[in-house]
Amino acid sequence: MMPDTRRLANLAHGVSGATHTPSPGASHIITFSESQYVMDLFDPVFLARLQFAFTISFHIVLPAFSIGLASYLAVLEGLWLITKRDIYLSVFQYWLKIFAIVFAMGVVSGIVLSYEFGLNWSVFSDKTGPVIGPLMGYEVMSAFFLEAGFLGVMLFGLKKVGPKVHFMATLMVALGTLASAFWIIAVNSWMQTPAGYAINPAGQFVPVDWWAVIFNPSFPYRLVHMVLAAYLTTALAVGAVGAWHLLKDRENLAARVMFSMAMGMAAFVGPLQILAGDMHGLNTLKHQPAKIAAMEGHFETQKGAPLILFGLPNMAKRTVEYAVQIPHLGSEVLTHQWNGEIKGLEAFPRGDWPDVPIVFWSFRVMVAIGFAIFALGFWSFVARRKKRLFTDVRLHWAALAMGPAGFIAVLAGWVTTEVGRQPYTVYGLLRTADSASPLGLAAVGASLLGFVVVYLGVFASGFFYIGRQMKKTPWRNPDPASPQNDSGVHAETEKVEGVL
Amino acid sequence: MVIDYPLIWALLIALAVLIYVLLDGFDLGVGILFPFAEGESSRDQMMNSVAPIWDGNETWLVLGGGGLLATFPLAYAVILPALYAPLVVMLLALVLRGVAFEFRWKTRRFLPVWNVAFAGGSVLAALCQGIVLGAWVQGIAYANRAYAGGSWDWLTPFSVLCGVALVCGYALLGSTWLILKTQGALQVRAYVWARRAAAGLLVMIVLVSVWMLLLDPRFVTRWLSGVAAVYVFVVPLLVVAVGLVLFRALANFDDVIPFFAAQSLFLLSYIGLGIGVFPDMVPMRITIWQAAAPTVSLKFLLIGAAFLLPIILGYTAYSYWVFRGKVKPGEGYHD
Repeated sequence: MMPDTRRLANLAHGVSGATHTPSPGASHIITFSESQYVMDLFDPVFLARLQFAFTISFHIVLPAFSIGLASYLAVLEGLWLITKRDIYLSVFQYWLKIFAIVFAMGVVSGIVLSYEFGLNWSVFSDKTGPVIGPLMGYEVMSAFFLEAGFLGVMLFGLKKVGPKVHFMATLMVALGTLASAFWIIAVNSWMQTPAGYAINPAGQFVPVDWWAVIFNPSFPYRLVHMVLAAYLTTALAVGAVGAWHLLKDRENLAARVMFSMAMGMAAFVGPLQILAGDMHGLNTLKHQPAKIAAMEGHFETQKGAPLILFGLPNMAKRTVEYAVQIPHLGSEVLTHQWNGEIKGLEAFPRGDWPDVPIVFWSFRVMVAIGFAIFALGFWSFVARRKKRLFTDVRLHWAALAMGPAGFIAVLAGWVTTEVGRQPYTVYGLLRTADSASPLGLAAVGASLLGFVVVYLGVFASGFFYIGRQMKKTPWRNPDPASPQNDSGVHAETEKVEGVL
Repeated sequence: MVIDYPLIWALLIALAVLIYVLLDGFDLGVGILFPFAEGESSRDQMMNSVAPIWDGNETWLVLGGGGLLATFPLAYAVILPALYAPLVVMLLALVLRGVAFEFRWKTRRFLPVWNVAFAGGSVLAALCQGIVLGAWVQGIAYANRAYAGGSWDWLTPFSVLCGVALVCGYALLGSTWLILKTQGALQVRAYVWARRAAAGLLVMIVLVSVWMLLLDPRFVTRWLSGVAAVYVFVVPLLVVAVGLVLFRALANFDDVIPFFAAQSLFLLSYIGLGIGVFPDMVPMRITIWQAAAPTVSLKFLLIGAAFLLPIILGYTAYSYWVFRGKVKPGEGYHD
């Protein structure tokens, strides 16, 4: 009944998809003008990019937080069920209220994105829909419904269904957030390192090997990096709240539970994340060398390339001005060889360069926060060994200051990888300029304005309510004046510390 | 036998949209009726009656959109830019009403603001969805795999009429839901709302149906061909019958029947519309088979859908079961 011939044609093109690495620029002859990179507010494509950057930036911090919080809540409820200690239920209910706000904002800002592909990027949607569409379909069916279906029970149903079924619901929500990460990272990774596809006469990407599509070359690295980032981001937020309440009352048992668990996560996952980030970087060097060149600020191809710590990349002069650098270390880090060769941006056509200063700086912000988290985790580990975890005031202030750092790192990391993918939507194959909807300036501009106004109002309110919730104490000492109670509390504290 | 994957997917997408309309319809309807309620305690109950399930209801909209991208990318790429303005406004409206479910409980001073956001967002979302439907039915300019019209093509008297019709319809779904879920003074008011909304919706069904006949002669041809004709001649009778059942149940202060009668009115209208546009993905321009993604994409997602959709329907039903019965004042986890 349906014509299938057009789909068979041209299948040969990408059959070797699993190992197929597109070479940016090699098959494209385009004339480049410097003005392409000037922010042009009268260019509908630029406004569409701005709109996507704006809406996804507000969105991504929320799933990062809800992935981490959902798992944390599942652990807390599990501990409550196993140990029967009410302190875990108190901490659970405290964070459940914050989770509800975070999740609601995440859902509504996510729905926007699922339609934004078609609204602003219709050519991209038509061409890549057959490959990325089913992955997003799986995300909806295996993740969004699971989260939404059990969220009601999780938020409102403890008394109705009892603790065990409620714990099941919490687990399903946590599982849903992780499944969501799996599928959407598969989509994003495919756009970065496309594999397993062919191109049909209508110009659409056609899946040939689903395994290669999903487990494309950069997928495992991205998924691990992002899930760890979500856990660290949440740990820093939970740790900061714990620290804040410890600074106000060092005996606050719930604050101790939070702080201890959060710092444990930072100490354990902090180093893992640096390792995962390094592996992801090597993977990017293999598949997207131009992005690495921009991240490192390397314009020339060199052997024994330096590691540029700071500087001001200047794309017109093709150099990093005022560079502070360590000789040879760049090659050592990226190739694990003292004199290893690293391709600079000049090895690639000028029209294939991403915006170097943005990528260069966002990368440094992310890495700096990564090492700061590592340091905080290590410090807390030492304090724990010396039994000073709950008494080291400077540690608590440091944890408090680091509270928002995870969110900044997540944003900086996504900016690095997404701006670094430019000027392509599907790396090396489909240019951003060729991906947009045929829309007028007024339509894109007006909708951008609408998103900015509504989001600023909604997110400002949301973050304010979350902040106010965090200021409330998660636990009250039942009666600090009574000596009996006091010893009871200490006994309880010791038991909790034993478990932790 | 050759399996017609595009046809299966067209029916599945249509099913997802239908479930969306039937489910999110009543919780948007509750928002539409928000301003007419007396006192914050009534509004608390209204919101609590849908708080545990609204998120699941709205997920069907994501499945409709995401599913369309996966299985009919060409249609997705043509329809969305064509309906740009009403879709963007719908999304913004859904943002405002969605966060109101949480924010309304977090503040006293700004409570009126979130009441307005919830009600206004619900009305706007419903209006825009109706406009989107009308604009889609009336036709979309198309050339070279892309939308070929202007920014305002969607705005016509017909699309606006469809928008108003859907606001009426959702208000009916919302009021009959409240009849089902509440008691006392609020329920009494819901009966009044339901009568008015039902009268409005029936008028709208007639207007939209007749107008559609005038839009394009091909709708008439489709409605009068083969088996469809039988259904099309039965449908007005069924609408009248369900309308009578609805009004009688409202007069008898029945708790349950009005909700299912209202849902039946939606189902009848939806099937009628479906017969008119079949087999097009973009009415009169692009057929299901022209818009379909390659079979390999349709097959891959269908395997998942065959396993996951029954499970989804199962735990969705479970969630409704957990929160069955009347909403009691003061319920919920908010403090």
